[in-house]
Amino acid sequence: MKLSEIRKLLDAKVLAGKEELDHDVNLACGCDLMSDVLRFTKEEAVLLTGLTNQHVLKTAEIACIDCIIFVRDKIPEQELIDDAEEVGIIIMATYLPLYEACGKLYASGLGRTGK
Amino acid sequence: MAYHMKFTIEQGDYVTAGEASRKIKRNLRKIGIDKKIIRRVAIAAYEGEMNVAIHSLGGEMGVELLPDKVVVVIQDKGPGIPDLDLAMKEGWSTAGKEVREMGFGAGMGLPNMEKNADEFQIKSGSSGTTISMGFNVN
Repeated sequence: MKLSEIRKLLDAKVLAGKEELDHDVNLACGCDLMSDVLRFTKEEAVLLTGLTNQHVLKTAEIACIDCIIFVRDKIPEQELIDDAEEVGIIIMATYLPLYEACGKLYASGLGRTGK
Repeated sequence: MAYHMKFTIEQGDYVTAGEASRKIKRNLRKIGIDKKIIRRVAIAAYEGEMNVAIHSLGGEMGVELLPDKVVVVIQDKGPGIPDLDLAMKEGWSTAGKEVREMGFGAGMGLPNMEKNADEFQIKSGSSGTTISMGFNVN
């Protein structure tokens, strides 16, 4: 699924990486536990989270996650947004809560395994 | 290509923790190591770096590139892990509220390091804990 489509589904604002929305992702992970993200998430995924500290960006960079979507209208510090631009990670923010944002993406086919 | 780097990890410095792992990832990428191997090295290094900052009195992390593997050694100054078998179990943690609010301390660190490394050794005593991890590059 293209990031531009994800943006539309979640009615999200793009905070970093506006030029990269043509990028495709196949998986998504909704999680506030960075340890679990490091343990279970595969590369080239989207991370949806309500945590906005610098470790979210560090986790995304380390785990090769392409895009972070902050839920519940949470906006990170400008420093995180600037750092994300520098390392090429796309940042979006949506007013939707985590459960609903994940549900919308799943219902639209993102990350479905067919099982 | 010879590559050796050493990083200091301060006790309780959650702002800087993770920077060494970022640098390791970027440097291994410049050297041309396979992306999937770099990801495993970086995840294990990051978990180790966080563990030292969270649980120990501080320590250091060394990374060396050998002809056939990347070696990461993480060494802290104590106080040691009282029960290693428990610490290696997923979900077991002694981390406090502040650490959990950052998204860590879920008891996944050591098991995740072991899972990502091809070789994993841990030794712990009151004077410190040493973890050696090897990642095959061929």
